[in-house]
Amino acid sequence: MITFTEPNEQVIKEEKLYADMGLSDKEYDKVVEILGRQPNYTETGIFSVMWSEHCSYKHSKPFLTQFPTTGEHVLMGPGEGAGVVDIGDNQAVVFKVESHNHPSAVEPYQGAATGVGGIIRDIVSIGARPIGLLNSLRFGELSEANNRRLLRGVVAGIGGYGNCIGIPTVSGEVEFDRSYDGNPLVNAMCVGIIDHDKIQKGTAKGIGNKVIYVGLKTGRDGIHGATFASEELTEESESKRPSVQIGDPFTGKKLMEATLEAIQQPELVGIQDMGAAGLTSSSAEMAAKGESGIALHLDQVPVREAGITPYEMMLSETQERMLLVVKDGTEDKFLSMFEDFELDAAVIGEVTNTDRLELFFHGEKYADIPVQPLSDEAPVYILEGAAPAIDDTAHHYGDQDLNTVFDALIGHPTHGSKRYIYEQYDNQVGANTVQKSGFGSGIVRVEGTDKAIAMAIDGKSRYVYADPLNGGKEAVAQTFRSIISTGAVPLAMTDCLNYGSPEKPEIYHQLGESTRGMAEACAALSTPVVSGNVSLYNESKGTILPTPVIGMVGLIEDVNFMADLKVESGDAVYLVGETEKAFAGSQIEKLIDNDIRKQTRHIDLELEYARGMDLRERLINKEVKKIAPVGRGGIAIKLAQLSAFHQLGIDATLDLDGEDLFAENASRYIVIAPSGQNITDGKEIGRLTDEEFHIAARDLTIDRSIETISSIWEGAIPQCMTSVD
Amino acid sequence: MKFAVIRFPGSNCDRDMLNAIVKAGGEAEYVDYRETTLSGFDGVLIPGGFSFGDYLRSGAMASVAPITAAIKEVAADNKPVLGVCNGFQILTEIGLLPGALIFNDTHTFISRNETLTITNNDTPFTSEYEEGETVVYPVAHGEGHYYCDDETYQQLVANNQIVLTYNDNPNGSRNDIAGIINENGNVLGMMPHPERALEALLGSDDGMRLFARMTEWEAEHDYIH
Repeated sequence: MITFTEPNEQVIKEEKLYADMGLSDKEYDKVVEILGRQPNYTETGIFSVMWSEHCSYKHSKPFLTQFPTTGEHVLMGPGEGAGVVDIGDNQAVVFKVESHNHPSAVEPYQGAATGVGGIIRDIVSIGARPIGLLNSLRFGELSEANNRRLLRGVVAGIGGYGNCIGIPTVSGEVEFDRSYDGNPLVNAMCVGIIDHDKIQKGTAKGIGNKVIYVGLKTGRDGIHGATFASEELTEESESKRPSVQIGDPFTGKKLMEATLEAIQQPELVGIQDMGAAGLTSSSAEMAAKGESGIALHLDQVPVREAGITPYEMMLSETQERMLLVVKDGTEDKFLSMFEDFELDAAVIGEVTNTDRLELFFHGEKYADIPVQPLSDEAPVYILEGAAPAIDDTAHHYGDQDLNTVFDALIGHPTHGSKRYIYEQYDNQVGANTVQKSGFGSGIVRVEGTDKAIAMAIDGKSRYVYADPLNGGKEAVAQTFRSIISTGAVPLAMTDCLNYGSPEKPEIYHQLGESTRGMAEACAALSTPVVSGNVSLYNESKGTILPTPVIGMVGLIEDVNFMADLKVESGDAVYLVGETEKAFAGSQIEKLIDNDIRKQTRHIDLELEYARGMDLRERLINKEVKKIAPVGRGGIAIKLAQLSAFHQLGIDATLDLDGEDLFAENASRYIVIAPSGQNITDGKEIGRLTDEEFHIAARDLTIDRSIETISSIWEGAIPQCMTSVD
Repeated sequence: MKFAVIRFPGSNCDRDMLNAIVKAGGEAEYVDYRETTLSGFDGVLIPGGFSFGDYLRSGAMASVAPITAAIKEVAADNKPVLGVCNGFQILTEIGLLPGALIFNDTHTFISRNETLTITNNDTPFTSEYEEGETVVYPVAHGEGHYYCDDETYQQLVANNQIVLTYNDNPNGSRNDIAGIINENGNVLGMMPHPERALEALLGSDDGMRLFARMTEWEAEHDYIH
């Protein structure tokens, strides 16, 4: 018999070794209660990862239940690897967003790469072929060398994985703010397409059916990654570098193709990706969903080196692995298929009628845990939130040099061109990318059809900080605006909730109020939540801004209308929606006050929906040529971005105060269309020209050449990245 | 005309390549890298991607794959062989084309629509283009810098083997070289992706004529030397 030197039950209890793994005293007591005895080392590890925030949502579950998750198009909501939404013709779109913040903070390349790999496997495990990747990134200001290092590493990592596996990265968003110093946010989203009858579930059913492991050999990498992701980042986090997984997109590609072939086989019962908490969560969750037990013979697991213990095997987060349950007697068919793909695979267990997760290693039992309590009885914590004091002082920027403000904002990496980033991502592999990164949502055609999927990702953390409730609504609404701007009907969304420690009352309040706002917006905008992810404890030098990130998809029935839309000199420029002096959470406030005032923001969701759907209709009817939602930096920045992107001048006059050009209230768009259109709530404010950029407000004139605007906008990020770090 | 689209583990433009030649009117089938014959095929397409994960060096592992000998036979039979991106890297590694592809000067991956010039339309791949014509094909590569020594370069020039050049060199390639053909005129390698340039809706349809021309390949006429 092989024996491992591991602390025994008594030592775990007396020396509180469970605490090092992330379990509280109370949680440990609960484990003892569930087992009816003290857990051994392997069992303690299993409970600690399954009950980590990352896997159990123990602080966020009460908020997640607020979200509407059903709708006429929803085929599968939260609970599986990803959500599934009908797009007609027996096809469906599968998508999800996930965070990889903590790993990216300590090892940016691998942290980001494995974030991309993980979300791809979630989509593939449903049975869908991925057609697009998106990412939402947040870093501290690029004036800090460490943030430049993180940006370089994260972007290279995202490209390194996505380019190699061959899925186009078609859209994204990036924001730079000092609250993310040392705690970058890396949220990756993947979108795939599937036929209705191929939708898989992560379930282990049918006594005697076989459990197959396929993918990379298990190593010691990423042990306790899920626990690590559920803690605050400290100086000791550097020492957790071994908790960061290593990506292998080459194996990922083979695994993706093999999985997509496996789902064609009728003998496949269930499949799940081995993501966070690896073999533990995949096997326990599949057993729980199948209302079965599962027995694993860990000596059968392909391993990278000898001497890996059951504990390490169960907690390893080695990438590029999948767990399948197949009908008893058909395992050889699957094994030979995987062999053809040159992947390691093995039968490592079977479905049992015990309702228990039983782990054996060379005949010795290393764990025996009832499945349901492990996955369902994770503790849920309901804490007290505390609303911060409101600061009602009005903002005044009329006496500022607004021309200088304008240059500073378009030249800031948050508003400037993201070319430095997106040109490192293959955005056309697959030869169906209709609109790639650069301006607005990504659009990818569904192969062999005229249909296309619009996909966008966005977050509005400063608004959420200023007013969690309405900021939460605005985050959803902003993404909705991006989707309708392509002519797509928004279908559904996914969310990634990035916040600080929920144990701080103000953070808990942000979490509660912002998710309430998001839920209201989802209902009003007909975009149910079909999947999501939570990342808490994003604390490093301080607490990050509350950052719910929204990923949304929409359907374009016939994408060919886009071929006729060409923005050109002579077109009229319209402003749709009223401008209000809304500066709480705005970019001019950030620039001048270096702070965010906590005050009420406003959004009318009914108006938002009606306006968005009206404009969408006008676009697909070709009455208008381009819709550009007004976001960060207000009208002035949106007009500058349009000018730089299209290399056209603008001649516009607005009956507004100069400072209003930088106001950031909701539900507004710049629309490009032929002159003389009657657009609901729209005003024609000027024209596109071949001359210069000229906008005039009551007490402000901004005149720039197209070249000047372009060079400031294009140079925003590169000028920060030229210095040798 | 029936083309083989070679599939290495890690190829990821294989579907795009197959779709392109079929759209142009050709027939095509995937052929696994473990196969040892290409009999029955009238031409070979080596797609882009990361064959064998680009481990060791892009294209290096593919050079010892079982299918490689068969690809060389097809080339020797004066049938068309097109390698795009990783396919170009493989063609240089297996010795069907001279030179090598090394890391981009920026040391970052570059993905963008590139404006190129057809510098030689006197080939059976490019005869549907005007000489000096400007086309737009996407590029997407990390190791796309075409490198060769002076002697090789002089030969390329003397034999008119440089088919495609960058107008705004993205990777530091010698003399802006984006694509070259073998001396015999039947093996073409290029870093840009013509298979991604088949429809104006997707940004460019400049690649269509290349594939259309390949489907009309006639060995007796298209055999240059």
